[in-house]
Amino acid sequence: MSNILEVNKVFKKYGDYTALNEVSITVPKGSIYGLLGPNGAGKTSLIRIINQITMPDSGEIILDGEKLHPKHVQHIGYLPEERGLYKSMKVGEQCLYLAQMKGLSKSEAKKQLEYWFDKLEIQGWWNKKIQELSKGMAQKIQFVVCVLHKPKLLIFDEPFSGFDPVNANLIKDEILALRDQGSTIIFSTHRMESVEELCDHIALIHKSNKLIEGRLDAVKKQYRTNSFEVGILTSNVEGLMYELTQKFTLAQTNFKSLNDELKLEIQLGTALPNELLHLLTQRGQVTHFVEKIPSVNDIFIQTVSEK
Amino acid sequence: MSILSLIIKREFIAKVRNKSFIVMTFLSPLLFVGIAAFVGYLSSMKADMKRVAIHDETGLFVNEFKNTEEYKYLDLSAIDIKIVKDSLIKDSYEGLIYIPKTQDSKALEHKIQYISNDSPSIVFVENIETVIADKITKQNLENAHLDTLAIKKAQANVSINLSKSSGEESLKGLNEIKIGIGGIFGYLIMMFIIIYGNMVMRSVIEEKTNRIIEIIISSVKPFQLMMGKIIGTSLAGILQFTIWSIVGMSLMLFASVFFDVNIGPAASVSPEMMQTAQQEFAGTAQMYIKELWNLPIATILFSFVIYFIGGYFLYSSFYASIGAAVDNETDSQQFLLPIIMPLILGVYIGFFTVMNDPHGTIATVFSMIPLTSPIVMLMRIPFGVPWWQLLLSITILFGTFFFTVWFAAKIYRVGILMYGKKPTWGELYKWLKY
Repeated sequence: MSNILEVNKVFKKYGDYTALNEVSITVPKGSIYGLLGPNGAGKTSLIRIINQITMPDSGEIILDGEKLHPKHVQHIGYLPEERGLYKSMKVGEQCLYLAQMKGLSKSEAKKQLEYWFDKLEIQGWWNKKIQELSKGMAQKIQFVVCVLHKPKLLIFDEPFSGFDPVNANLIKDEILALRDQGSTIIFSTHRMESVEELCDHIALIHKSNKLIEGRLDAVKKQYRTNSFEVGILTSNVEGLMYELTQKFTLAQTNFKSLNDELKLEIQLGTALPNELLHLLTQRGQVTHFVEKIPSVNDIFIQTVSEK
Repeated sequence: MSILSLIIKREFIAKVRNKSFIVMTFLSPLLFVGIAAFVGYLSSMKADMKRVAIHDETGLFVNEFKNTEEYKYLDLSAIDIKIVKDSLIKDSYEGLIYIPKTQDSKALEHKIQYISNDSPSIVFVENIETVIADKITKQNLENAHLDTLAIKKAQANVSINLSKSSGEESLKGLNEIKIGIGGIFGYLIMMFIIIYGNMVMRSVIEEKTNRIIEIIISSVKPFQLMMGKIIGTSLAGILQFTIWSIVGMSLMLFASVFFDVNIGPAASVSPEMMQTAQQEFAGTAQMYIKELWNLPIATILFSFVIYFIGGYFLYSSFYASIGAAVDNETDSQQFLLPIIMPLILGVYIGFFTVMNDPHGTIATVFSMIPLTSPIVMLMRIPFGVPWWQLLLSITILFGTFFFTVWFAAKIYRVGILMYGKKPTWGELYKWLKY
């Protein structure tokens, strides 16, 4: 069984509004899976259904080879976007309570908590009340509560909002460590740079429908335009430009470099990169030759504005 | 530990640890006893002596007014009425009874005046009227040469004895005691529903505004959370009531011994009178106690518990769904009114209709309607309610309870995940279909 989660044709309606229109996604074991989409696309609806907070109208969900069942809550860790804690309850008690709800015994929960409190260097917070903590501090606690019961599947909805860069990095490292220990992570966010950095699979949901899904590099291949960024030092700029426009589509571009060279973005169409490179090396000194890979951000904007 | 009991435990501890709970629990009985002791002290104080002037031009009535602890009558008939009137305020008289001279006693009947700058109590005025009327009547009888003594002898004084067909003697005023007992239990249920229903609602709103709700319901079913909340809060409430009754009773006992607060006017009665009164009182008291023991005490207590559970759960599931629907307490007002109305209605029906006609149509119907039955039926029970009515009413109550919990759970489930919206009744209805 190589997939931790399979969502098959899940359909959900709220009144007259269709939140999810037969959405299917497949999350491979051990991956970091980015769930993308603009606001109101249906991401949270899907996450809530996976967490069994709401039930789908139709469709089925398979978790680790079994049909989703209430007992599965202990295999899932969920950090919602709208998150908080009991303000007047002490940190330690609160974590114990939430851990026990996930099916941990009291002693096991305590052991795990001590481990995590040590790891995140928050040992002194046990007897503090949440209202005495800052927002970022409270978020650390929420993160601990979410991962405490060693779930197979972790779902993070905008995990980095509210963290300063230092703590965001800390959490990011923990997420990667959890992946390495065998957990699978579903990760819903608007911050494309963290998707780029962390995810190996993505799915894009827009207006209740899934538009894209797959390995990140495969998706990028699909969206590549066969464009190259080129830098060349040449004495005959005009001649080169003329020659290039005959064969390819050109565009101005800019990138950082130490030379005062000609900078171009060249769309190859059906031609191969070597043809371009061959042409360029004959005309001058090539200083820069990089394929323009579409960023997740580009893909996101392109897909969402197309529809 | 099962998840439900985990939630119940947390809710209970959260309520009990709350500072306002601790303060309320221990301060309320003190406050209550303090007020009771204060009222007792006030009523044991003697009222100020009031002086009432009498200007009686006929000279017939002035001796009929007997001084009491509260009123002292002074005969100022010798002084001119104008001077008396003027000196009324200066000499700080409470008032002046002016009886003018008339041709006959018939004319006098509507000529008597009471002059005072304060408005006199009805009892006081009636007293004056009785004194004068008695005197005139007596005179009229004498003028007609009738034997007043013979008339007095001839007057009958009827007092009806109440009894049941089984031959047991009943007591007058027992209705008041019965409605009193039923009223206390009914009122307790209403108070408990309002206080603790509100607590349930606040705790739901708290989870919503804290945004912890989504974390929790990813582990438990909303229904479990709602039930855990309702049960946990009710346990805290039961603890509070238990503490109240224990502390309250011991404080009352302590206060009545310590301050020697007298109950009733026993202090002003002479020892001999007290003895006879005591014997009489003891006889009546025994009858009352016997009568109280004849009340269906087991039924009352049993149904108090049943109606308490049914009523509290019914209403607090409403409170929970309101809490889930709104974002803050201010928004809850529009939804709370329809909940509080039937409770108040129940108490009014209890005190007015049940008292007059405990088994009449209105009382019977409202003791069946689940929203009022916990209050109205408890007030009816001391008067004796047929078993089938009791069973029917309880069945309806619990049937409705299961229905409302189901209904409330639906609103709750949707409502707790809705932020930043003030829902309308129409939207609540739509949520039921999600």
